[in-house]
Amino acid sequence: MTAKFRPTRRAALAGVSALAFMGGRGYAQTATPRKGGTLTFIQNSEPQTLVALTTVATPALTVSAKVTEGLLEYDYDIKPRPLLAIEWSISPDGKTYTFKLRPNVKFHDGKPFTSADVAYSIQLLKTVHPRGRNTFANVLEVKTPDPLTAVIELSKPAPYLIRALTAAETPMMPRHIYEGTDPLGNPNGNAPVGTGPYKFKEWVRGSHIIYERNADYWDPDLPRIDRMVCKFLPDTGARSIAFENKSADIGYRMPVALSDLERLKKLPHLEFETDGTSYSYNVSCLQFNLDSQYFKHLKVRQAVAHAINRELLIKTVCYGYGTVCYSPIAPGLKDFHDPTPSPYTLDLKKAEQLLDEAGFPRGADKIRFRVPLDYNPIGDESLRLSEFLRASLSRIGIGVEVRSADISAFVKRVYTDRAFDFTYNGHSNLFDPTVGVQRIYWSKNFKKGVPFSNGSHYENPKVDALLEGAAVENDPVKRKAMFVEFQKIVAEEIPDIPLYSPLFLTIKNRRVHDDSLTADGVEANMSRVWLDA
Amino acid sequence: MGRRIAATLRRTAIHAVPTVLGIIVLDFLLLQLMPGDAADVIASESGVATAESMAMLRQHFGLDQPVLTQLMNFLGHLAQFNLGFSPRYNMPVVDLILQRLPGTLMLMVTALAFALIIGIAVGSVMAAWAGRWPDRILSVVVLLFYSMPGFWVGLMAIVLFSVKLGWLPSDGDMTVGAGLTGWAMIADRLRHLVLPALALASFFVAVYARLTRASMLEVQRQDFMRTAQAKGLHPFLIQLRHALRNALVPVTTVAGMHLGNLLGGAVVVETLFGWPGMGRLALEAVLARDFSTLLGVLLLSSFLVIVANMLIDLLHAWLDPRIGAA
Repeated sequence: MTAKFRPTRRAALAGVSALAFMGGRGYAQTATPRKGGTLTFIQNSEPQTLVALTTVATPALTVSAKVTEGLLEYDYDIKPRPLLAIEWSISPDGKTYTFKLRPNVKFHDGKPFTSADVAYSIQLLKTVHPRGRNTFANVLEVKTPDPLTAVIELSKPAPYLIRALTAAETPMMPRHIYEGTDPLGNPNGNAPVGTGPYKFKEWVRGSHIIYERNADYWDPDLPRIDRMVCKFLPDTGARSIAFENKSADIGYRMPVALSDLERLKKLPHLEFETDGTSYSYNVSCLQFNLDSQYFKHLKVRQAVAHAINRELLIKTVCYGYGTVCYSPIAPGLKDFHDPTPSPYTLDLKKAEQLLDEAGFPRGADKIRFRVPLDYNPIGDESLRLSEFLRASLSRIGIGVEVRSADISAFVKRVYTDRAFDFTYNGHSNLFDPTVGVQRIYWSKNFKKGVPFSNGSHYENPKVDALLEGAAVENDPVKRKAMFVEFQKIVAEEIPDIPLYSPLFLTIKNRRVHDDSLTADGVEANMSRVWLDA
Repeated sequence: MGRRIAATLRRTAIHAVPTVLGIIVLDFLLLQLMPGDAADVIASESGVATAESMAMLRQHFGLDQPVLTQLMNFLGHLAQFNLGFSPRYNMPVVDLILQRLPGTLMLMVTALAFALIIGIAVGSVMAAWAGRWPDRILSVVVLLFYSMPGFWVGLMAIVLFSVKLGWLPSDGDMTVGAGLTGWAMIADRLRHLVLPALALASFFVAVYARLTRASMLEVQRQDFMRTAQAKGLHPFLIQLRHALRNALVPVTTVAGMHLGNLLGGAVVVETLFGWPGMGRLALEAVLARDFSTLLGVLLLSSFLVIVANMLIDLLHAWLDPRIGAA
């Protein structure tokens, strides 16, 4: 298995990185940045609000940081770099975080940015942010000894916290605008005020948002462009055309249909980039309902695992834009990922034998049992992938009926009604497994009605102990060991079968430079981006 | 004519109120049958949620109230001419719709005008040369437009005019951020309007052309046509004043009914061209389970259709004074 998958993966990665290198990055770094111009970036859908405070939906994340900045930014390996904080330190017990703030930073309305805003933002995120409630769960208080010092005191160590402080994940909100208001209804969500390199100008619903250069930005050399336009193009074909006829400059996290990529790659004015996507990797998986009459049997789950050819799946369904993944922790999260292949290799005979043993013999019509497969409709490969799984499982006598629904109906069926057997689903890993992975396997997070909780209804006290331990373990070596053991157990017990980690490309016109210099790429504040004339 | 307008208005008003109320209540109840709610959508867009964040969203959206209370609240607001508030977009529904309404109206009216002008012209030509080669060739073209879906015509038009030739823009309703004013702005808007309006109109061109042809041929056989010829009128004037004017009654009737279809067809064309219209707003509201917005759009659409039908009634009276106020 190992020998078989490596060339495919390496070839896919090599192909992509070759493209990235062809794309004039060396030029971008040596040339003098030019000032001025308008950058047009396109999004699949319209954000619901322009600040990622009460939502972490991708459209909101993509625009938020242009106006509302964070304490830190991160290099491609998620090592922190200064942004609004210029120095930081963590006490040896991991329970005190001290941040020195950048002096003379002003919000767009002229009010100064101080440690009071930091303290207020963290408390606000802890109550209204979809992830903040977990990320900042251990926060006791945020002390503000002086206007440029913020000290976060924790009840327990939170080793993931230092990686959570990007602008889009932990935005620094203006206290004077939010204090005493309903954060969900605050008009700042529609017309944000922040410290960022771009000032909000207008939002024409259904069409576009315009940001203007902030002339009073704390870094006097930045930003370089005059204006940034964010357009919403809901049709995938229209997005490809926008790149083709040069009306779009840049698009993020695979903005076009995979089937269009080959055609677009032939255009000399386009560049394809993999940098700037390391802040959040996804893992797509086949997730079982362990309360299902079929999949409560380990042998049935093992048989399914033995019947899926991940390399073929990536080649056919994903046009090669994915990495084989056997673990719920994506290969991109190098600090935690365990590359050991699944113990269940492609073996149809073994699969058939397991199903016989489990008490599901082939019937008169050669079918062992019929079962519906629900899929998460976000992402245009979901239906194709479900059809691939249907074909794979038909070879071992499992009759799969693919059931379509829109996202709301899907979420209700799986997480509220629990009226499903198995589902093709995807989870965002984020920057740390405690934040992105624990929720799917932790038995205390089996919560009806909560989307993307422990949907399998998986319960293993040992796994619970490992996840809870890793969440507060200060020693990175011990912490990694805990996650590796966790990955070994779930690889054996397969409450879900991780399939692959999608590869997200940023597509851009070659006139755009220095757009993706951080781990979160286009999602960051993009203060350094510049354009050829 | 003045009495006639008053009578039409009165009749429309009497019909409209119960119709609109019925539409609203029925829509509201049907929407309740859709699985999932607005909080589910927001949580799934985020890809993460906690029990507390779900409860907070539901409370903010008013989804923790019983269904009947929600309906009564909506109707109560409506009685005060208030379409309510969209928690998803964090703004009053009426503002949300008014932002989109001009775009949709412009697209619809332009498309309908294209369809009627081209359709009637083509139909007249076909009728005048019935059975001869101009009629045959145009019949084939019309059949082609009749059978091709509008979005495909639009896509092909984009490929040809926008990608290959580079004459016309492919998305949006204006060049964003160009800061154009005066004639330059109007010209820019018109350039953006051409392709979506033609894509939306293509099907209706075919319908009106066939309809005009058939009704003109029908009229040709009437006695008054012979009288007109006997009077020695110019053949062109006969066609225009006598044949076409009479043939327009069925065409306008159908066009009035098509306004509703145009609103529906606009969803696809608006999505394809990234046009900021109401069709897309409605579609997004369905997917987001944002019922206050959706009900607002539905209410306004039914209102538009009713008004359009009223206008068609008046137009008929002008075209054919024999049609009396019933």
